[in-house]
Amino acid sequence: MKKQVTAWEKVVAARQMQRPKATDYIQSIFDDFIELHGDRCFGDDSSFICGIAYLDGKSVTIIAQQKGKTTKENMERNFGMPNPEGYRKAIRLMKQAEKFKRPVITFIDTPGAYPGMGAEQRGQGEAIARSMFEMANLKVPILSIVIGEGSSGGALAICIADKIFMLENAVYSILSPEGFASILYKDASKCQEVAEKMKITASDLQELKIIDELIEEHKIETEKGFEKVSLLLKRKIKEQLEDLEKISMQELLESRYEKYRKIGG
Amino acid sequence: MVIDKIKKLNVKQEEVVKNKEASDMLVGKWIKCDECKEILYKEDVHRNLNVCPNCGKHFRISSRRRIAQLIDEGTFEEINANMGLRDPLHFEGYLKKLESLVEKTQIEEAVQTGMGKINGQSTMIAVMDGNFMMGSMGSIVGEKITLCIEEAIARRLPIILVCVSGGARMQEGIISLMQMAKTTNALRKLNEAGLLSICVLTDPTTGGVTASFASLGDIIIAEPKALIGFAGPRVIEQTVKEKLPEGFQSAEFLLEHGFIDKIVERKDMKQVLGKLLKFHV
Repeated sequence: MKKQVTAWEKVVAARQMQRPKATDYIQSIFDDFIELHGDRCFGDDSSFICGIAYLDGKSVTIIAQQKGKTTKENMERNFGMPNPEGYRKAIRLMKQAEKFKRPVITFIDTPGAYPGMGAEQRGQGEAIARSMFEMANLKVPILSIVIGEGSSGGALAICIADKIFMLENAVYSILSPEGFASILYKDASKCQEVAEKMKITASDLQELKIIDELIEEHKIETEKGFEKVSLLLKRKIKEQLEDLEKISMQELLESRYEKYRKIGG
Repeated sequence: MVIDKIKKLNVKQEEVVKNKEASDMLVGKWIKCDECKEILYKEDVHRNLNVCPNCGKHFRISSRRRIAQLIDEGTFEEINANMGLRDPLHFEGYLKKLESLVEKTQIEEAVQTGMGKINGQSTMIAVMDGNFMMGSMGSIVGEKITLCIEEAIARRLPIILVCVSGGARMQEGIISLMQMAKTTNALRKLNEAGLLSICVLTDPTTGGVTASFASLGDIIIAEPKALIGFAGPRVIEQTVKEKLPEGFQSAEFLLEHGFIDKIVERKDMKQVLGKLLKFHV
């Protein structure tokens, strides 16, 4: 029997540097990945890796948030905290996916959108809102997978999907437990305690019907474990896309609307 | 010296105004403008639409007063006024807090929605209220705004969203976060239906509200000097480890950077909205 893992332990696990990152999944699940850069407006955000690839011969668009696996890479990737140009790159490539009728697969792993001065100047709020606005009506199937830390609007921005998968030890929340504790209790050190109350684990979120499927991890940090998880994930993604492609576009968009419409209704 | 006098005057100011039509503030004759520090006669401020007669600072106002300022007299019909209270995560102390706020503010939640006329033009309108949990968006706020947008689609009317918000409401956790998606999706539907949306951003509009419907109107208007941003100034200062320059995240800053269409003073707001609605009949 598995030992009971607390919400805070999952936060810690989700943030571990050695935990597999988006690039690991891209490499193991897809073939011939070609990364595409830039928002055609301001710059290229390295906390987002986007591009096209094959999923067993079928072309798809991948939109992924990427944290580093080393401190150096983490610094290059701004610790996975996107600036507005990251979201605008994602929007550009999702619209491109729509044009070429490629399904979109998003990987979510971010401590949140970057709260910097430049980000505000360039409209962080608008970029997040616009990303959701475009996904709401994107005329291809969208599948989102929360693989690590899914924090706040910075995560939600690329999580307007037809189906949402979440790894067993990933977390998805309104804000980091530290931020949450400091807002509500003016004390960030209460983060461990509040993590339990926040309902951020995959099993909590499945119960609340925020996510559709929980993906078991099998010691994901080991090579063997990761292989098992990525094989499972590949099979699930394929099955899911096949199912979604059977549905008419109108029905797909309507059920995407209903999926979020029900929450807190 | 003057401050002492004010303090003395303020001693008896605990009683909350019972008359719904009257001022939002505590009873008392004087207030101090937090912008120009001028001591002001409250009646003057009230008569001046809650704008400082000295420096033009736009003070926060309740949804009730906002509606009275914008909507033609006698035409406002509120919808979904009584949605009850919700505590989806059974968060400690939250329900009690909501109950006491309902009693104190005499409003049901941080947004009032309905339909009415502006200079004779019919419109749906959602007006947020900063007196209720800082105008934060939980499930009821998200639901009321979504229902208001859906009503606009059903009636083929435009919608005006008057925003004031500290962001998503913490106590409802992920459910609050999802209200950003829900309201955004509804606005997208309105967009597909070819209907007009106008956002009016007032001080402050931040967090999850900025990162959803507040940034998505066909036309976005702000009141002068309103604070508008995604991350709060304190969070940014902690991140960049320096003090933010004067006017950072102000309406004027957003206009300069291309994120809003126009800054409109409160006294002109109704006229401007009326004209915009007329363009889109």
